[in-house]
Amino acid sequence: MRVPILKQRDYLIASIQSVLSDADLLQLRDDLSQRVGQYRSRGVIIDVTVLDVIDSFATRTLRAIAHMLRLRGAETVIVGIQPEVAFGMVQLGLTLEGIGTALDLEEGLAYLDRKAKRNLHDGK
Amino acid sequence: MKREKKRTENDAASSLTQSSVGLLRELVAHLRQNRTRLREEWARRIREAELLTAMSQEEIFSEATSVYDNYVEVLETGSVEALQAYARNLSERVIPRGVETHEVLGIVLLLRDVLGRSLFQKYQGDVELLNRVLDAYEPAANRIANTVGVSFVEERERVIRQQQEAIRELSTPVLQVRERLLILPIIGVIDSQRARQLTEQLLRGIRTNRAKVVVVDITGVPAIDSAVANHLVQTVEASRLMGAGVIITGLSSETAQTLVTIGVDLSKMNAVGDLQGGIEEAERLLGYKVIQVEETAPEAPAA
Repeated sequence: MRVPILKQRDYLIASIQSVLSDADLLQLRDDLSQRVGQYRSRGVIIDVTVLDVIDSFATRTLRAIAHMLRLRGAETVIVGIQPEVAFGMVQLGLTLEGIGTALDLEEGLAYLDRKAKRNLHDGK
Repeated sequence: MKREKKRTENDAASSLTQSSVGLLRELVAHLRQNRTRLREEWARRIREAELLTAMSQEEIFSEATSVYDNYVEVLETGSVEALQAYARNLSERVIPRGVETHEVLGIVLLLRDVLGRSLFQKYQGDVELLNRVLDAYEPAANRIANTVGVSFVEERERVIRQQQEAIRELSTPVLQVRERLLILPIIGVIDSQRARQLTEQLLRGIRTNRAKVVVVDITGVPAIDSAVANHLVQTVEASRLMGAGVIITGLSSETAQTLVTIGVDLSKMNAVGDLQGGIEEAERLLGYKVIQVEETAPEAPAA
């Protein structure tokens, strides 16, 4: 199933609706990369609230997305990782190093706002 | 020839079991007859060996009586169930008073000895008969000693299990001290199961309280090994995945030294000396600023 991508101000929100296959994840990567260029977005939120499992492939892909989008000029934040999922990932040694994480959508937006402000500040 | 010999052996075996039943019966009658004397003898031996010092003489005597009667009953019926139940019950009563395993085994072995000696005395004229009586007595006596010992140890283990359960259920509270700030004070030894439970509770707490910063205070943790340290690192990482930062406080100098010596990677941990410092740091991260209110003279109550 294709992940819907919503545009909200300068940000894109990819809200995962169901369990994703590996192909879906790659599709998401391509879609996001293309939309960021299209809308000139500054930030991307990927909502994984519904996922019960985040395996090594998903972790790797999410990391790849984040690094790719950074090169395209957008900050990525993963939101909604469930407690069990978080613990499971850590036990498997899967960490999203260098990628922003936040509790939920609202926190994710706050995180991106803060980032944007800081960048603005640094730019002065 | 061979077959014949075998048959005689078989006969001998069956006659032995038959006669051993008869002997046991005789034995039981003997023990019943001399109940008072043997019981007193036994209590005296217990006193001499300084066993069961946690109990008074009267108690020892009354317990000795019950054990004696149970003992004879097992010899008579061959069924250890009643004795088992009694031994459990006894253990339940005496374990909290500090009676040790060696004492319980000691008194049972003493009783065995006392009864054995009385048999020696009774049958000393006829060694052949004495031998057969002992053949009948020894296995039963061993079985009794075994039963009592095992019951005691089982009871002990049950108590230990119960206590472990109780400790496990002493939940580690996850407390909210400010909007979006949690503290998790950890007290006592952390084993892998408890560490897991802790992490689970913390992650759940983060979600329900929408926490951004968590202060984990380990002042009350006596020792940290690599397994616990790794659990802490995992907890920190898992919390970060849920968007909350973790501050560890209360690392003693010994703990710090241990962690450095065993080479745990603590670079991802944000550590502050004590709980107060940790909370202050957390407030700074959350953008709180604590200002002391200027002291004012107490206002006169309105008339």
